[in-house]
Amino acid sequence: MTTWIPSQMTAALPEVFLAIATMALLMIGAYRGNSHTRTIGWFAVAVLLVAGGLVAGTAASPGSAFGGMFVADTFARFAKFLVLIGSALAVVLSVAYIEREEMARFEYPILFLFATIGMMMMISANDLIALYVGLELQSLALYVAAAFRRDSLRSSEAGLKYFVLGALSSGMLLYGASLVYGFAGTTSFTGIAKVLATGTGNTGALVGLVFITAGLAFKVSAVPFHMWTPDVYEGAPTSVTAFFAIAPKIAAMALFIRVLVGPFAPLTAQWQQVVVFLAVLSMALGAFAAINQTNIKRLMAYSSIGNVGYMLVGLAAGTEAGVRGVLIYLLIYLAMTAGTFACILAMRVHGRAVEELDDLKGLGRTRPAMALALAVFMFSMAGIPPLAGFFGKLYVFLAAVQAGMYVLAVFGVLASVVAAFYYLRIVKLMYFDEPADTFDRLLGREIGVVLTVTGLFIAFFFVFPAPMLAAASAAAKSLFPG
Amino acid sequence: MQGWPLLSLTTFVPLIGAAFILMIRGEKEIVARNARNVALWTSLITLLLALMTWANFDPRTAAFQLEEQAAWIPAFGITYHMGVDGISMFFVVLSAFLTPICVLASWDAIRERVREYMLAFLVLETLMIGMFCALDIVLFYLFFEGVLIPMFLIIGIWGGPRRVYSAFKFFLYTLLGSVLMLVAILAIYFTAGMTDIPALMKYAFARDMQMWLWLAFFASFAVKVPMWPLHTWLPDAHVEAPTAGSVILAGVLLKMGGYGFLRFSLPMMPLASDFFAPLIFALSIVAVIYTSLVALAQEDMKKLIAYSSVAHMGFVTVGIFTFNVQGIQGAIFQMLSHGVVSAALFLCVGVVYDRMHSRLIATYGGLVHRMPFYAAAFMVFTLASVGLPGTSGFVGEMLVLVGAYQASTWVAALTATGVVLGAAYMLWLYRRVIFGELEKPELKAILDLDRREIAVFVPLVAAVIWMGVYPSSFLDLMHASVQNLVDNYQAAIKAETAAQAQVLLPGGAP
Repeated sequence: MTTWIPSQMTAALPEVFLAIATMALLMIGAYRGNSHTRTIGWFAVAVLLVAGGLVAGTAASPGSAFGGMFVADTFARFAKFLVLIGSALAVVLSVAYIEREEMARFEYPILFLFATIGMMMMISANDLIALYVGLELQSLALYVAAAFRRDSLRSSEAGLKYFVLGALSSGMLLYGASLVYGFAGTTSFTGIAKVLATGTGNTGALVGLVFITAGLAFKVSAVPFHMWTPDVYEGAPTSVTAFFAIAPKIAAMALFIRVLVGPFAPLTAQWQQVVVFLAVLSMALGAFAAINQTNIKRLMAYSSIGNVGYMLVGLAAGTEAGVRGVLIYLLIYLAMTAGTFACILAMRVHGRAVEELDDLKGLGRTRPAMALALAVFMFSMAGIPPLAGFFGKLYVFLAAVQAGMYVLAVFGVLASVVAAFYYLRIVKLMYFDEPADTFDRLLGREIGVVLTVTGLFIAFFFVFPAPMLAAASAAAKSLFPG
Repeated sequence: MQGWPLLSLTTFVPLIGAAFILMIRGEKEIVARNARNVALWTSLITLLLALMTWANFDPRTAAFQLEEQAAWIPAFGITYHMGVDGISMFFVVLSAFLTPICVLASWDAIRERVREYMLAFLVLETLMIGMFCALDIVLFYLFFEGVLIPMFLIIGIWGGPRRVYSAFKFFLYTLLGSVLMLVAILAIYFTAGMTDIPALMKYAFARDMQMWLWLAFFASFAVKVPMWPLHTWLPDAHVEAPTAGSVILAGVLLKMGGYGFLRFSLPMMPLASDFFAPLIFALSIVAVIYTSLVALAQEDMKKLIAYSSVAHMGFVTVGIFTFNVQGIQGAIFQMLSHGVVSAALFLCVGVVYDRMHSRLIATYGGLVHRMPFYAAAFMVFTLASVGLPGTSGFVGEMLVLVGAYQASTWVAALTATGVVLGAAYMLWLYRRVIFGELEKPELKAILDLDRREIAVFVPLVAAVIWMGVYPSSFLDLMHASVQNLVDNYQAAIKAETAAQAQVLLPGGAP
């Protein structure tokens, strides 16, 4: 039925649709100007949801496009679906915020859309070149988004920092890719896997792999490549930070998984050591460095570093169960992060956005519903059952234990106890302390809706987890043929 | 009643009540009044359901009863599996018994954020009952750890001046122990390939594996019990928690550790339990003697009772690790008795605290002249705590000592000193608070128990005396399960000894 597009592009239908729709929106914006930002924003949400429908609706059998550079398997569909939902949530949360902050220019949603296309390309990449193209499309859009408030010093600084360090990491990634190409003789993931399986040129490819891993670790902000995260999270406009914390994390983690368990599967024993190292450092830093933070956006940055550490535990297992664990974790992380940022976006006193932890004091009395939701997210992030965050951790640790990595699992759970401290601190501020200033009424209804939906999802995930688990299982399976 | 999911109802009825409370809208006073009423009636219905569980319980079998099973996470074979046996059934009843008392005890004492308070207690009740009914190890963990959230809030929001410190200490201490148990649970899942508790009880883990698993579970349960030297969170949490919070902490949460030993450590890791029993004995004896001495030196009534809890729980752990029927039955009975008595003692402190806003022993003296009913109730619980024959405390301590004597004379002798020390600190406390001249001017106008408080204490007094005079009504119901536990334990030890003899004997196994 889709004869009107070349048959070899059907697998990339959601991306093609998204790209065309984004161009169209860009044109509308260019001719109509900034007064139509709100309309464009809602159109962007609609476009993202339609793309999500296309992703969910495409054939279950894996397809490929662009001469095998692009693959749409179950894994890609699962990850893309998460990314699209994440992007849509981020745009929804932004619409009212950017108007209030007087940064409502029509490029804003468009940038998110372009970044999303890049992420979808990353997730589906089956070739080093496709990987790089997707990654750069995403990154360039994000650099601009971080510096979107050009009149604000902090925002410009965040954008510049992100750009310089991002370019450095891209360079490392490219250097690694060139080494891999040199030793494997091909850029195709399938080809690389074949060559490495024969055992020729593995030492050289290993050096390349280390550089690629470093580049990807930067994108997921794993320690020791995390330095940009707190500054960018704090400096970027809050609605952009929300986007940063959700969609690019999911896409980069999916790409990380695809690269390591795909072309580099023959080197599993080698990269496992690296990933364990990254996981341990990320969990430890995420837990300890967050304790002294006073700014909630910085705190969320460290929290996201810690969360990436837990995801890497699942990846370090290098098994199907591990990948499934990471996918579940991503799903839950998406909901928790979106909800938490909805709360942060609602933190306004006398028409001014505030972002200090102390501003949350006494929220349990002044805004009980919002406090309840935020408490649910915090307990969930701390991994306390029966909230969803517990299940995220459960599945990654399950994979680690299955792979015999007991020390890593024990280290992980101990780090989660330390991390529980700062999540509890937020609950303490909201419920145990006397109220500070009351927050303003919510801007628009969107934030309330996002809060309710994500809060209910996190609180009641345990009731019926089977379908989501089955989807993640199928996705993980598609990466491990045979 | 046949065919009803009785245990699920008992577990989740409080949650329905919580949902009702969440929906109450209106003026602060109206909300508070309605929340109190909904909480009281919900917890009474739950108590009724728990009593029906008791009535439907068949004491002749050691098998799990009133079982319910439904698919939950089929990919992992994890099911929603509920059921009770002679060991867990009374804890369900105890939890359901104490919650309405807590609600009633907080009726006037809690004036701020009443709705949230009642909500927390109902959620807590669901989690407690669910934990005792869960027959799937993941489900168990869910309830076990979930308890931390409402308790953290109860201590932190409605507690005393150092509530924040105490709430954090309570939460992080217990969480640290629990996460190690989580890793052990995952290891069990991968070794045995299942999470069903009844099936796991029949599974024989390798000896080395048992050792590690036992230590991980121990980390969690020893904090919960709490055993010396991991008990330091308890005095803080007890002192700062509101009265009803202390009641639940002492009454039910401490029992989760003992219950865990009985449910997991003994049946699933018998060899490791045998190996580590001397460690448990040593720690328990230290707990009994040391914390009793510490209790003697306390000036704060709540702190004194908190330390006495640690000492009494020392009896429980000794009893559990004697591995004989008397010892284990004694331990369970002691837990039930302590659940009622220590809860009642905290309520006694709460009564005078509500009037004078002081927990210091020195504030009081000669209360008997103004508060005869109060003095009488306090005396019943003091004597029960001491272990006077005819009260619940006697039966548990006696059985534990009989069991301990079979295991080791020294253990029995040293544990028995706890009875003497217990009498010393409790009677001294009673003398200082109740007797003597009523000299302090601010006490001259203190009022005796009002009707609500009498309604709180009557069921507790009745329970204490009933358990003391007619313990068979409890012991008979748990006998089959305990006997089965001991038999399985002995069989496992015998099999292991035989296997080792085979290896050592020349010409034995090839």
